[in-house]
Amino acid sequence: MSVSETSSNLNGFAIRADRVSRHYKMGEALIRAVDEISLEIRAGEFLALLGSSGSGKSTLLNLIAGLDRPSSGAIFAQGKDLAAMSSEELATHRNQAIGIVFQSFQLLPRMTLEENVELPLRLAELPRSERPGRVREALERVKLGARVKHRPTELSGGEQQRGAIARALVNRPMILLADEPTGNLDTKTGEEIMSLIAELHRPPSGPPRTIIMVTHERSLAERYADRIVTLSDGAILSEERLR
Amino acid sequence: MKTRDLTELASRNLRESVLRNSLTTLGIGVGVASLVALLSLGVGLQQLVNKSVARAGLFDTVSVRPRQNFPGAGGPRATRNASDLQPPRILDDAARQEISALPNVLEVNPEVRFTAEARIEPSSQPAGQLTFVAGMAQSSVSSGTLDGMTGKFFSSPSADEAIIQGDLAKRLLDAGKAPESLLGQDITLKFAQRQALTAAQDQTQQAANLSPEEQAMGFSIVPGEKKFHIVGVIPSSDSGGGQVGFNNAGIYLPLDVAQQLEVVQGSDLREVMNETSGQGKHYPALNVRASSPAAVAALETSVSQMGFAAFSLIDVTRNLRTFFAIFDLFLGIFGSLALIVASLGIINTLVMAILERRREIGVLKALGAADRDVRQLFFAEAGVMGLVGGLFGVALGWAIGRAIQFGTVVYLKRQGLNSPNIWSVPWWLVLGAILFAVLVSLAAGIYPASRAAQLDPVEALRYE
Repeated sequence: MSVSETSSNLNGFAIRADRVSRHYKMGEALIRAVDEISLEIRAGEFLALLGSSGSGKSTLLNLIAGLDRPSSGAIFAQGKDLAAMSSEELATHRNQAIGIVFQSFQLLPRMTLEENVELPLRLAELPRSERPGRVREALERVKLGARVKHRPTELSGGEQQRGAIARALVNRPMILLADEPTGNLDTKTGEEIMSLIAELHRPPSGPPRTIIMVTHERSLAERYADRIVTLSDGAILSEERLR
Repeated sequence: MKTRDLTELASRNLRESVLRNSLTTLGIGVGVASLVALLSLGVGLQQLVNKSVARAGLFDTVSVRPRQNFPGAGGPRATRNASDLQPPRILDDAARQEISALPNVLEVNPEVRFTAEARIEPSSQPAGQLTFVAGMAQSSVSSGTLDGMTGKFFSSPSADEAIIQGDLAKRLLDAGKAPESLLGQDITLKFAQRQALTAAQDQTQQAANLSPEEQAMGFSIVPGEKKFHIVGVIPSSDSGGGQVGFNNAGIYLPLDVAQQLEVVQGSDLREVMNETSGQGKHYPALNVRASSPAAVAALETSVSQMGFAAFSLIDVTRNLRTFFAIFDLFLGIFGSLALIVASLGIINTLVMAILERRREIGVLKALGAADRDVRQLFFAEAGVMGLVGGLFGVALGWAIGRAIQFGTVVYLKRQGLNSPNIWSVPWWLVLGAILFAVLVSLAAGIYPASRAAQLDPVEALRYE
């Protein structure tokens, strides 16, 4: 365990990015999608990553999720250096430590809602006997207990996103990453989804959950987030603590 | 991911693109079917030959003859092994006793085989038919030699009864009559009989008009004739059901009866040449039955070391097995070609699936699937296609084999021939074909599975 890792753990950070960069080469040009960003996110904090299209917020979220690896720098999630993890360990990190919600829901259309939610449990090799209860619990949490046998195409956009949230929560992660979770929804449904995320952030019982949400809507960020980090051209433009 | 989950997900994925996956699986099935059909015919033919040889009792029989040291065209025969150095011996009662005492010997019977003229009375045919007549031991009834025979075996070892071969029966009968119609009729055999000279005859040789050669031989040759009751008819040899082997003949008589006929055999003339004709009873050949085919080789060696020529079909069948092993290998290679072609279909299907399911792979990885899980999922899909294709192919191959067998039976029956079973699907072929199909499918899945596993999840999630 490195010194920085230990300190991030001891200081109660859920995520700590240390001079993280993600550069791409496109022909001769070097694209600096994320450029030397350092960021600390406390456990239980609701952080909004705000920025226009191409500012690097989704790339940073992918790095935090362990879907991508940084070109340089380090990211610690719950005290573990993601850059030092093998691809197997990163897969376990994605399965156990975090839940991801996408803008376009990303439910598998061939499966029922129940089967979609069960997928992370299959990957976690949870005993089959425990799975139905966990799936039911997650779906009831997002008020979709009556739609378990429906396929995604039979659900509204809001229901699909709630199903995606149930899938992200089924392994009970303490960090929820949401990439434009209301981007494909109308205003009213978007509000419902944000209310749900807010509930998940501070559940009636137990410790608060860390939420990192990518959005380009400042009003949404201001209403729900504890802190707003604004990105521009792959770097942090400003930080704003709201609560 | 656990195997059961993998299999469930793979099966679900395969059911989604049901037409394409079914066609791919069908391709594997056809490949396996061609493999099974070809090999089942190869195995069937091998079993047919083995059965024919075994039925004739050739696997457990050693034919023993006096060794002949005739110089051939190239001079005296070269010595092949140590047993050839033993001096040649006469095959007499002492030798028979000695051979009977060898381990693993069930019985030793003299070979009685001669030419005779056969005639059915009354017959429209002006002359009888020349044929070979052989003595048949009582043990032949249980050896399978007479499989397919119509009628029954000899009622006793001393009965004046005959079993006639189908080909000869056809020649003896008027056209259009079935060989089986001879059952219950009498057949007359004319043959050259050996008559021993009595002491009185020796003294009055001039009066008896015996030739000096007969006097020198110690026996005279007189025409003999005897009637036998036909009790059995063996199927024609061209039908695959007739007897083959050391003692093939047109008419079979009980061995004791055939011996008592004292028919002149080829060995008598040899004895005359060797001037041994006056030295007691000699056998032209003895058929030695071993307790099992495994004991034949040792028995053959022992008999050779006693100074006799021994012959069995062990060497022939060994070559036969080699031939069929090579034959089956080639059939297997040709049958596998179709399966190899089908495996290209698997590669194509899975590569298409990767393109179509790019986002799905991205989602799986985002939810925590490791590269290994994705690779195993595609492997499982290839394996399931191979397994289903293998099962279907075995069933199809079995059906094709049955159809070929049925067609062969119909064709042979129309030709008036018996219909042997030329098709066999042993359990090892069924299991082997399914296993082979799964292995080929898994091998075909290596490239697509690796490609799917290496997909960048971020790129895959962006894919529209």
